[in-house]
Amino acid sequence: MKGTFRGGVHPSHKSKNPTRGVKTREYVSDTVKIIMNMNIGAPAKPCVKKGDQVRVGQVIGEAQGFMSVPVHASVSGTVLAVEPIPYLTEAPSMAVTIQNDFRDEWVELNPLGDVEHVDPALVIPAIQNAGICGMGGACFPTHVKLSLKPDQKCDTIIVNGAECETHLTADHRLMLENSRRIVDGLRAVMRALDVKNGVIAIEDNKPDAIAAMKQASFGRQGVKVRPLRTKYPQGGEKQLIEAITGRQVPSGGLPIQVNVVVLNVGTCAAIADAIIDGKPLISRITTITGCVRKPSNLRLRIGTLVEDLIGECGGFSEDAGKIVFGGAMTGLPIPNTAVPIAKATNGVVVYNKRDGASVEEGPCIRCGKCVSVCPIGLNPFQIKAAADADDLEKCKALHVMDCILCGSCSFDCPSRRWLTASFKNAKQKITLQAKKAAAAQQGGTAK
Amino acid sequence: MSLILSSAPHIRTGNTTARLMGNVLIALAPCAAAGVYFFGLRAAIVLAVSTASAVLAEFVWQKLARQKVRISDLSAAVTGLLIGLIVSPTVPWWTVMIGSFFAIIVVKQLFGGVGDNFLNPALAARAVLLASWPTRLTSHPAVGFNVVDTASSATPLASMKGISLNDLLFGQVGGAIGETCKIAILVGLLYLLITRTISWRIPVITVGSAFLFNLAVSGSLNDSITCILSGGLLFGAVFMATDYATSPMQSYAQTIYSVLIGVITVVIRRWGVYPEGVTYAILIANIVAPLLDRFIPQKIYGVTGKKKEVKA
Repeated sequence: MKGTFRGGVHPSHKSKNPTRGVKTREYVSDTVKIIMNMNIGAPAKPCVKKGDQVRVGQVIGEAQGFMSVPVHASVSGTVLAVEPIPYLTEAPSMAVTIQNDFRDEWVELNPLGDVEHVDPALVIPAIQNAGICGMGGACFPTHVKLSLKPDQKCDTIIVNGAECETHLTADHRLMLENSRRIVDGLRAVMRALDVKNGVIAIEDNKPDAIAAMKQASFGRQGVKVRPLRTKYPQGGEKQLIEAITGRQVPSGGLPIQVNVVVLNVGTCAAIADAIIDGKPLISRITTITGCVRKPSNLRLRIGTLVEDLIGECGGFSEDAGKIVFGGAMTGLPIPNTAVPIAKATNGVVVYNKRDGASVEEGPCIRCGKCVSVCPIGLNPFQIKAAADADDLEKCKALHVMDCILCGSCSFDCPSRRWLTASFKNAKQKITLQAKKAAAAQQGGTAK
Repeated sequence: MSLILSSAPHIRTGNTTARLMGNVLIALAPCAAAGVYFFGLRAAIVLAVSTASAVLAEFVWQKLARQKVRISDLSAAVTGLLIGLIVSPTVPWWTVMIGSFFAIIVVKQLFGGVGDNFLNPALAARAVLLASWPTRLTSHPAVGFNVVDTASSATPLASMKGISLNDLLFGQVGGAIGETCKIAILVGLLYLLITRTISWRIPVITVGSAFLFNLAVSGSLNDSITCILSGGLLFGAVFMATDYATSPMQSYAQTIYSVLIGVITVVIRRWGVYPEGVTYAILIANIVAPLLDRFIPQKIYGVTGKKKEVKA
């Protein structure tokens, strides 16, 4: 039986995925700029200075607290600069620039060996030390997800190979080219958490990946491959959990509350590399497509600049209007091509001036399409009216905080309304409000 | 190099408001063609006047109100064409024009324009015309090329006996311009479903509930088949009840709304003073629609959804 969920849309896939059948190739650039920010949690603190010689895998940014992971040099060479650079976040992010000497000299590694025999207690610390965070886009520190509280139980680990976003084929290629490592990573985590049930979930538009993963997981204890119906946002954590287990994550809650942990396929492969080879996370596969001459999947060192990887893909095929990190439904636009890729950058998609242009919003015709496609079951048109009126209380009452920002409503709106964008804005405002209120309360009790 | 920074999603569906409204116009084409075929040039004139005056009314209103002129979204054209299709071909052109003006200015624009009207503009216009010139609206000519058009009969439902199922299906009966040929309506429905302009729920449940309710109260299968194939029920269920702005959005609410239309139609037809009840049934359901959307609880993931027991 193929798992699925209610609602959702079908943004066209095939025509936009010229990278599907193309083998991944390695590309290493002259310089890398490695940012210290994580999407969540404290940024790492740089521990090298200008002029230092570094080796591949050397720690260049120290983790700051439990919600943070260390950052490693992705090439060997000389540190050119340690300075803040503009990034996707509002505030600039600290970054370490390294001139590559192409000697590829590694630090001394500490491999733990076969995942079936490693001491389970060593797995989570190894994941943390390897700087692994969610590679599907959220960049949440993986060891945090795996460190269960005493009252929490996990009975199923889901490996997310849905790759439901448009344009992206990085996870698809990884499943074909590195299937064993994904299963190894899953097994390591299953043993660490003493979980009997591991499910690798893949949309049925990737039959070759399903076959490859089935072959790789043959004979591996407790590991199953489950095909999913191809529909966006099947790879959304909540939709995936419901499709596989029939459980719903409670509003405002985390997957572990329904005894599930979800990991991206890339994250699993990185975990296997960390355990088997002792290697930290220094590279990843990224899909580069859209208006480039040679759309490709590249294995890139973390910190490769967009301008360099565009060059490797033959340059722009048309004037670039917009460049987006990630797929078309949820990707983040970047301000310029001097921005480096990070651990969670699964795609770089270039739009021409026409396709990249911002669309003009028309009046709501109350067609109800946003209601029928919402995978959460919200009334997007109502929330939009409340958000436009800046009525945050009403937004909350209409469950804007349950919105997963998948973009389905905006995609399907015939009037081109900016639904998702306004929900993102409202959610940020509400979060900020809550933080302020909490701070005020703390200040009050301190007095 | 300056790049565009705009929020996700970065692609949109090909369906624009204008394309959806265009789909409705295409779906109405078979009905309009059948109307002109059966009733001749008069019908063509009525349709042209109703459509043109609705678009004109929208254009003039938006100019005078200094709003952006949105006649290119085709919603006014749809309203205008619908008005022409639900009146008798013998209606004078100025009556149709008044209907279109009323629909666009009073029912649609005074309440805020496209999407904000709470009544179906075409049906509200028909109700007003019906109240103002009852005989003009309901006297329908007999059909056929060689029939002299003064041979008007009463409204078809008042003299239903002796008409075969075939005649009903192909439109060999008197009636409003677009409502008589059921085959044309079904072709239009098919097109709307294929292009995903509307979902099956409202038309199917509306007609189905009228059929079942009629069957329950009359006990006659024949009578019930005639019930759904006569008058404006099928046309109303496909093109009027499915109007975006005035139908509910939630699927449960849509189901109740559709049942309401089916049942009220039969109630008016059987026990009311009017021979035809679809117009009023849909208008009443339009008024109830926002309440249905409001009071039928949503199913929200993780909030009201199914809660499976998690084995510890």
